[in-house]
Amino acid sequence: MPVSVDASRIIYDALKACGVSVVSALPETWLVHLIRMAEDDPDMTLVRLAKEEEGVGIATGAHLAGARSVMLMQNHGFLQSINGIVSCAQLYRIPLVMLISHRGWFGERDPWQTEGGLVTIPVLDALRIPYETLDARDHVAHRIAKAMTLAHSTNRPVALLLGRDLMWEDG
Amino acid sequence: MKRLEAIAAIHGRLQDCIVVTIMGAVAAELQSLGHRPNFFYLQHAMGLASSVGLGIALSKPAARVVVLDGDGSVLMNLGGLTTLARYRPRNLTHVVFDNESLLSVGGFPTATATGSDIAGMAAAAGIPRTATVRTLDDFTAAFDAALAADDLTTLVAKVEAVGPAGFVTDLGLLENRFQFARHLRGLPETP
Ligand SMILES: Cc1ncc(C[n+]2csc(CCOP(=O)(O)OP(=O)(O)O)c2C)c(N)n1
Repeated sequence: MPVSVDASRIIYDALKACGVSVVSALPETWLVHLIRMAEDDPDMTLVRLAKEEEGVGIATGAHLAGARSVMLMQNHGFLQSINGIVSCAQLYRIPLVMLISHRGWFGERDPWQTEGGLVTIPVLDALRIPYETLDARDHVAHRIAKAMTLAHSTNRPVALLLGRDLMWEDG
Repeated sequence: MKRLEAIAAIHGRLQDCIVVTIMGAVAAELQSLGHRPNFFYLQHAMGLASSVGLGIALSKPAARVVVLDGDGSVLMNLGGLTTLARYRPRNLTHVVFDNESLLSVGGFPTATATGSDIAGMAAAAGIPRTATVRTLDDFTAAFDAALAADDLTTLVAKVEAVGPAGFVTDLGLLENRFQFARHLRGLPETP
């Protein structure tokens, strides 16, 4: 599978370096290695979701209890979670850090991903959720650390878009 | 049974628990009986109270977490029952006040009014302890048994579709949130 194990490892290690101890996730192709890494890590609480919006609640509970968490999902999962993001994470000022694989964007071959790809950034903007894209290995750790810092200083959701150039190995 | 009476009957036990409620009527009723820093009222985010409870229960295994949910809210996050069952936090008691109604928005009937069985769905999702109760005595006995059992329980209490006249209280949402987080973080980490 051309999903990059090395890039996934860099992302995972950066999350660990930021003190993340809870990951809630709903799989998609680009996330398989990241989810396996969380599964194999005895110090990580991995919560497999039935629907992504649940992850907003879990991140809220974890944060209120003092644990650092992230959500791992694809952009359609982000779209699925919007009311939770607005009515829970934004209303209650929760530093929700979302790692969102940006499917349906430049280079996408799957036609079914393309509508979601088009609306992801406009929806993030409409919700006033700051985001950066992770698309090269050398900035991954730094951008994850900055995202975590901003989420906790603003007490608001922050997104990191996982780009094809980082996650996919054959272009 | 009235939900207010049911909450009043367990209010004493809730002092030692971490409590997460849904919005509207349930939140206002619990507050009317006496607010505590260990009570968090999740206003508006329909369906997510049980997920917030799961996040707390997993992060604070030494705390006893009680979620006060509603039928309409559970129906909006049925998948969450499978997630609860999957992680089976033994320190979580999930109480569902089933008034067969979306009471807080005018009382339209939910599907439990036509037979949908939340305890049955919870059991089928894999929640190890489930029950439906209809009287105050059965409710308090089942609630105490759930706390004593030290296992994940979904307890459905069939209640009348009545509630307070208004839902806004003088406790700000963020005041509640920060007070609750401070309380929770001060609790011991391990059992
Ligand atoms: C996504 C969403 N849709 C609709 C509403 C409006 N709403 C607020 S409370 C409520 C009913 C909740 O029903 P239930 O969980 O059974 O609790 P009850 O009000 O009966 O105590 C609804 C529909 C909302 N808050 N969020």
